Amino acid sequence: MIEIEGITKRYDATTVVDDVSMVIEPRTIAVIVGTSGSGKTTLLRMINRLVEPTAGVVKLDGADNRSLPGYELRRSIGYAIQGHGLFPHRTVAQNIATVPVLLGWDKARIKARVDELMTLYQLDPEAFGPRYPHELSGGQQQRVGVARALAAEPNVLLMDEPFGALDPIIRTKAQEDLLAIQKRFGTTIILVTHDMEEAVHMGDKIAVMDAGKLVQYAKPAEILARPASAFVETLVGASERPFRLLSLGRVRDAVEKGTADGEAIPGDASQRDALAELLWSGRPALPVKGADGKPLGRVTLDGLVKRSARPA
Amino acid sequence: MKAWLPALLRLALVVLLIAFLTNPGLFEPLLKPLTENNAPVIYNQGSLLTLTLLHLRIVLIATVAATIVAVALAILVTRPAGAEFLPLSRSLVNIGQTFPPVAVLALAVPAVGFGEKPTLIALFLYGLLPIFENALTGLTTLPANVMEAARGAGMTGWQRLVKVELPLSAPIILGGIRLSVVIGLATATIGSTVAAKTLGEVIIAGLLSNNLAFILQGGLIVAALAVLIYDGLSAVERYTARRMGREAG
Repeated sequence: MIEIEGITKRYDATTVVDDVSMVIEPRTIAVIVGTSGSGKTTLLRMINRLVEPTAGVVKLDGADNRSLPGYELRRSIGYAIQGHGLFPHRTVAQNIATVPVLLGWDKARIKARVDELMTLYQLDPEAFGPRYPHELSGGQQQRVGVARALAAEPNVLLMDEPFGALDPIIRTKAQEDLLAIQKRFGTTIILVTHDMEEAVHMGDKIAVMDAGKLVQYAKPAEILARPASAFVETLVGASERPFRLLSLGRVRDAVEKGTADGEAIPGDASQRDALAELLWSGRPALPVKGADGKPLGRVTLDGLVKRSARPA
Repeated sequence: MKAWLPALLRLALVVLLIAFLTNPGLFEPLLKPLTENNAPVIYNQGSLLTLTLLHLRIVLIATVAATIVAVALAILVTRPAGAEFLPLSRSLVNIGQTFPPVAVLALAVPAVGFGEKPTLIALFLYGLLPIFENALTGLTTLPANVMEAARGAGMTGWQRLVKVELPLSAPIILGGIRLSVVIGLATATIGSTVAAKTLGEVIIAGLLSNNLAFILQGGLIVAALAVLIYDGLSAVERYTARRMGREAG
């Protein structure tokens, strides 16, 4: 659990982060959204003390993050940044091994962990381990960057626009990979982004920052349904709102009794995908199938339209 | 054909240089027309090979010392604690460069006597600036996100310096060392005016006795050394730069 209590950062007269308090539950993803200059990156960097706060406390599992020297604290917290920041003079395997080496793990343990992470990220350790970062594609570099952040099995992973430099297709894949890995390791993730789409998709909770202040901190559905201020509403995007709301729900939760013709949609797909399929194919209803291929029922245009309306 | 031609030329130069240094007698007929009145064709007051090795040694010692001091200075002034010394160290090193080498030699002789020492001092002072400037450029133009990642991974200041900053600026620092070595090779010849044992001795002997063959062989050996060492260090630089994933300019 991460408790941020009244944290403030001032540079001379300007207040970059202004008295922010929030609690991030263990094994969840909290996304910090805001425009550039909103203080979201500074807030993130105060958690691993790349920036020292002017006032306030950050507690990790109850312990003040100033109880360790900064560099030791940072070894226990994963950190992935935009443009990956891989060490260009070190191989992929050496890059991933950075923190374990700093922690003094023995060679066999480091190799096992590096191989595990590379396999997890669909990078063959034999083929990619000895390569240098500049020999990889952008998507591969990004994966190595996240693998490096996860190498020492941190409980907490901080990510600063980790997918910012990726093209849309690779970005979607990277987001899915991260969600899968978060489930697998149970890592608490704090992710900074300016992309509300990404925030709604990734976050268990979303924190909206504006001019150094935490404007709203709530579940995505809550942020969409009841934006705390005009700023949050703009960020959510009035024209996108119903579709983002639908994207939060699974098709299996919108299933109605009955049957429909045509190709079935998997129950794990998002309701937004189902709506898109309905609109595109011009049908009033779609059959829904479970993971085992059995029919679950159908999803209807009317049903989805009702679900996309502002919650009472 | 274009790819191997430079390599072949370099190899030929190396072979020629070694042949000349180990067996200068072979080249006597070639240089004979340059002498008058039956003057000796090949330098006869010492072995050319020994002089070449002494010449290289003096440049090596001065460059190593200059590298250590210049890189240490550059590291010092790029740390937060040393930042205020940046202008001071820059001007100090600049003074070293504006002093003509002959003046340094002349001033150093009364202080340390004749021989190798004043030459070493002059070469050392001359070598500082290019290395310092390049080390400074290298250490201040590191990619920001790589430095951020190094800090975020929990490296201490020392670990960042040794594991990231120095390796990443190595190609640029090497460029400075290369400049400094070439300047040193040329300047070392002047050292012979204050009795340092270098190839300058051959050239000076040629000038004093009006022996064109002496001047030419001294000058050519120094030139060949400079070209070969410059080339060799450029290759090392390109190799390290490639390893870093950036193409050398």
